[in-house]
Amino acid sequence: MSPLRRRLLFGIPLALTVAGGEGFYILLKRMGNNTYDPHALPSPLIGKRPPAFNLPGINGSQGFANTDLLAPPKPMLVNWFASWCIPCQEEANILRKLSATGLQIWGIAYEDPPPNLAKYLAQNGNPYTRLATDASGLTAINWGVYGVPETYFIDKTGIVRARWAGALTDEILTTELTPLLAKYA
Amino acid sequence: MIPELGHFALALAVALACAQGVIGLFAPTLRDPRAMSAASALALSQFLAIGASFLALIYAGVVSDFTVENVADFSSAAVPLIYRISGTWGNHDGSMLLWCFILSLCGATVAAFGQNLPASLKSRVLGVLGLVSAGFLLFALTVSDPFTRLWPPPLEGVGVNPILQDPGLAFHPPMLYTGYVGFSVAFAFAIAALIEGRIDAAWGRWVRPWALLSWCFLTIGITLGSWWSYYTLGWGGFWFWDPVENAALLPWLTGTALLHCAIVVEKREALKAWTVLLAIATFSLSLTGTFLVRSGILNSVHSFAASPDQGLFILALLAVTIGSSLLLFAIRAPVLAATGIFAPISRESALVLNNIFLCAIAAVVFTGTLYPPFANLLFGIQLSVGAPFFNQTVLPLTTPLILAMAVGPLLPWKRAALAPVLQRLWLAGAVALIVFLVVAANRHIIAALGLAGGAWVVFSALTDLAERVRLFRVPLGTSLARFSALSRALLGATLGHIGFGVTVLGIAGMTLATQKVVVLTPGHSAQLGGYTWTLNDIHDAPGPNYTQRVADVTLSENGKPFLSLAPTRRFFTAQHVTTNVAAIHTNGFQDIYAVFADEPAGSNGAELRLNRQPMAPEIWFGGLIMALGGVTSLSDRRLRVGAPSRKKKPAGAVA
Repeated sequence: MSPLRRRLLFGIPLALTVAGGEGFYILLKRMGNNTYDPHALPSPLIGKRPPAFNLPGINGSQGFANTDLLAPPKPMLVNWFASWCIPCQEEANILRKLSATGLQIWGIAYEDPPPNLAKYLAQNGNPYTRLATDASGLTAINWGVYGVPETYFIDKTGIVRARWAGALTDEILTTELTPLLAKYA
Repeated sequence: MIPELGHFALALAVALACAQGVIGLFAPTLRDPRAMSAASALALSQFLAIGASFLALIYAGVVSDFTVENVADFSSAAVPLIYRISGTWGNHDGSMLLWCFILSLCGATVAAFGQNLPASLKSRVLGVLGLVSAGFLLFALTVSDPFTRLWPPPLEGVGVNPILQDPGLAFHPPMLYTGYVGFSVAFAFAIAALIEGRIDAAWGRWVRPWALLSWCFLTIGITLGSWWSYYTLGWGGFWFWDPVENAALLPWLTGTALLHCAIVVEKREALKAWTVLLAIATFSLSLTGTFLVRSGILNSVHSFAASPDQGLFILALLAVTIGSSLLLFAIRAPVLAATGIFAPISRESALVLNNIFLCAIAAVVFTGTLYPPFANLLFGIQLSVGAPFFNQTVLPLTTPLILAMAVGPLLPWKRAALAPVLQRLWLAGAVALIVFLVVAANRHIIAALGLAGGAWVVFSALTDLAERVRLFRVPLGTSLARFSALSRALLGATLGHIGFGVTVLGIAGMTLATQKVVVLTPGHSAQLGGYTWTLNDIHDAPGPNYTQRVADVTLSENGKPFLSLAPTRRFFTAQHVTTNVAAIHTNGFQDIYAVFADEPAGSNGAELRLNRQPMAPEIWFGGLIMALGGVTSLSDRRLRVGAPSRKKKPAGAVA
């Protein structure tokens, strides 16, 4: 091996390390301004419209379909929940607060028997503008729902812009939802 | 008052570490013997200062001084004493202080027991350690101060995370950190040697015990962590391929490679640059592991609430430490020429092969661990890399490693022939083949391969030993005499290989595990693994800072009860957290494992997870045997002769 090639070979570890360190630096910067979240669960729906579905409401009342979500007048949320889910009950307060601000929240009850659902809404209040029930859970699979509660942000063109797996928190409202509402207003 | 003293001691330690770094590195250039010996004194006083600081934090935890934010947030008066102590390093700031404490302990040990080192080398080693220490102490002092005060103090602390209130986990971090940080000494030796531009057999002899000692601690630390996850998380597994586990495994892999190639430097003065690179890489991987855990950059079950600012600080530290050492390597290492030459089939080549496989595994694990964040960075996609990837890539690389590690120790140095060695391994080969055929007959090909591999490693190591004592060829008494005359280094190496083989046996056996999740009401039973598992009763039991529900389970075989298990669920009232304590019965070769997972509402019964895990205990026995092998090797006469001063006080030979 020529001395030059030997020198270059011995410089490879340094070069790799510099590149890796640069990458980590950018990642940390992105974590700092919330454009990178290692814990984020990717949603296949982001940037797309929800897949076709037509779900009934509770006890034969009117539910809603994907066509109802094509062009909402204002950005809105679709919230997946269930009466048997403890975090959903904790989230109910935040949803009530949000719906009081005029934000439309449409709810889809996931694998929930109607009597339990009715009791749940009576106890925890009904923050939902419209309500549908996914008794079979098939629509949830098509949406890629990870578990309830789960909330989707849909803009005025009907495209899903964000998804939160797990209960919404006050922190998510201030750091993520409020900027999104401003951006897609 | 005590926390202020601790804080002051920490600040003092920064100053001492800076002085140690600067004086240690430049004194040899000035050829000033007094300055060179000052580095030792500074290292010892730095150790005392950090020790005082660490004791102050432990004291605050023990007396539950809630004016210290760290204590208020992560401890409480209600937890038992041992967890008030271990709670001090069960959180971000406290564990950084533990990290610095162990680093200074390493420096102090080199200063105290390194009398046989040339003065200039010792001074430079201490200088490097001082600089690293200064960086991390600054981190602890500025952005992660464990002594931050809180006023007004809360009446009661938040408490120790219930899942960490466990004896296995109380000692897992100190062991693991000693392993991680211990490699700083090998790193410092590598840097000092690069500065001096000289590496010889003596260097190999000095650096190896340090690498071996930290390797032992790292092995124990990983074993404890894996064992803890097995018996407390109640999922019946022992390894997640979680990023943080991988972060501990990576330095273990390169550290194991370092141990082996340092032998080549010591015996044959070859592979010098590669050994230096491994020493740098091992410590760098330890540092990177610390960074990954603390920056939150990876999605991991091991959460350390940390801010990106702290991540940036550590990244800067890493950049300086790793960057400058690799720059030094790029400039100085090309001149390190090997003096020993060896044939393609020889002990040296076998050790090179070992290094290739270990580093290949390390490279695969490294890539898999860091792929998700970098895929996001480069291609903008969010993905995760899980157990299937690691299992499918690591297993094929482990197979040749297992095959080769049996042959290597039997090969002579310089030049060897393969055929006679393979002939001597006929017994191990036969045992492995029988194991394979027996297990494969039951259609468990993966388990059969693994068990055969484990048997191959264990029996070949035993064959090596039997050959050396000429067992059955000379009278037994002569064999025993030959055995006691064997060098400890050789015994240690054999034990290390046997331990690895035993771990392989355990991991392979785990693939035969059977499990079942059942909901039982009292009086009913389930069948698993040939046993009848009956739930007798569910009852309450008191605990110090928790209440618990105990499920009373009886196992019977052919109608005869032979075992009672009492898996429990603990409710920690302070944190509203429930933990499961698995009931495990082991006979050394099989674990019977029951977890009380839940009491489903309305069912009036218990959800139980039942497992029968053959060979599971061998995973951790193997880890212990490996570490024991390391300790045996450390007690070798050659190393003791290398340090004449230790003859005067043998009790403190290895701190």
